[in-house]
Amino acid sequence: MFLRSLHLVLFTLLVTLSARAQNVDLFSEKTNATNSDFTTGTFKATRIINGQSIENVGAGVLDFRILHRFGPISDGGYNFFGLDQATMRIGLDYGLTDRLMIGIGRSTYQKQYDGFLKYKIIRQQQGQRNIPFSLSYASSFVYKSLHDAITTYTPYVSDKFSFSHQLLLASKVNDYFSLQLSPTLIHYNMVDTKTTPNDFYSLGVGFRQRVSKRVNITTEYYHRFNSLEGYKDPLSVGVDIETGGHVFQLHVSNSTGMTDRTFINETSGSWAKGDLRFGFNISRVFTVRKPKELRNIKW
Amino acid sequence: MISIRSIKKITAALVLVLVVCNMQIANAQTPSVQKVYATKTGQIFFNATGGAVAIAAVNNQVDSKFVDATGQIIFGVLVKGFKFENQLMEDHFNENYMESTQFPKADFKGYIKNIKEVNFTKDGTYPITIEGSLTIHGTAQKVSTNGTLQVAEGKPTITGEFSIKIKDYGIKGLYIGEKIANEAKIKVNCKYQN
Repeated sequence: MFLRSLHLVLFTLLVTLSARAQNVDLFSEKTNATNSDFTTGTFKATRIINGQSIENVGAGVLDFRILHRFGPISDGGYNFFGLDQATMRIGLDYGLTDRLMIGIGRSTYQKQYDGFLKYKIIRQQQGQRNIPFSLSYASSFVYKSLHDAITTYTPYVSDKFSFSHQLLLASKVNDYFSLQLSPTLIHYNMVDTKTTPNDFYSLGVGFRQRVSKRVNITTEYYHRFNSLEGYKDPLSVGVDIETGGHVFQLHVSNSTGMTDRTFINETSGSWAKGDLRFGFNISRVFTVRKPKELRNIKW
Repeated sequence: MISIRSIKKITAALVLVLVVCNMQIANAQTPSVQKVYATKTGQIFFNATGGAVAIAAVNNQVDSKFVDATGQIIFGVLVKGFKFENQLMEDHFNENYMESTQFPKADFKGYIKNIKEVNFTKDGTYPITIEGSLTIHGTAQKVSTNGTLQVAEGKPTITGEFSIKIKDYGIKGLYIGEKIANEAKIKVNCKYQN
């Protein structure tokens, strides 16, 4: 009995001693990723071409955007293939948080004022959690300030508003390819005739295909499930070029308008007839509020 | 007379006491023999400003460990964890320069050469020399630098500063040598827990 106990004591002594003698080797350990790795750069700008992309501007970042659309190329040489005419929108976007951005703009087309907000609901990520897609909600209003033709009816201010609601579902498949689906509802407070509905449904599809590190080709198409008479589905093809703090987006499109409701629902040009227009978006970002991590660093 | 039963009881108690004592000794001695200090919230800053715009970023989730007996030290970061002044810079850093999808991590494995000069039981600031291999963008390079190890209330903090040549790590990009400096200055600040 006593001997057996002694054996036990010796054994435990041996175990603890050998444990102490063992060296810790940190090099053979794996360093763990401590946080989730959010996917970045699904699209290169906050708009695919005309419509909202899954991207937001970062928190505290102000994005100054100039959008330009020329006249139809089919106008021919007299109008210098559309370059004589131009409609434009200037806008300011701002990131309130990393998930929420807001923006305002003014278009020459119909003298529209517009505003929007976009919120990231789900972010594509790898690591602790694996989510292969991102989901955002975007909502906008447009106020048409162009004077209406004088009729017996004097419109209320509210009659000139229209709204859009979009869910953006996007996935960056790899560095070379991203895809987005955008189910959209557009609501007009007032329409021209009694038989015209106030709500319009559509589905947007967008792609990004990388050509080089700084050049990407984009395509955007919206299919309308019910539509205003005489208008076509918008289709745009473009190139995104990144240079430092700028992103240039050059494209060809059958749309003229640059606000959600205008380009989705009120595109008059036809690809079949060659009613296409050149256009470009220029974006320049400014840091208004530094991230708090960078505020207290002294160099 | 002592019965056999009571002898059994006494030996059992004795064994228990010995085992417990033994464990206590082992525990008490481990710190002085070999102890691992670790943190998951270390900081690494870098500055690679070449032009008017500040190209600087910070990562507050540095994973680091070191062993007091051997001086063995490791650092690991997720490249995407670097926070820049704005999102666009961050995207360009990850996509165009670091290629973070392909090389998600950067790490350092090395030794504090003069760890023996550090007295972990005494508060103070000790100069240290660190040597090892730094892997960024999938490319490893030898790095050696001087830093300090500060002990306060038994908790060590390591700080250091060094520069690397960006091109040594196979990082290519349009603006290196212009808006982005050829060399990046790196600052490390890690406060370890026991």
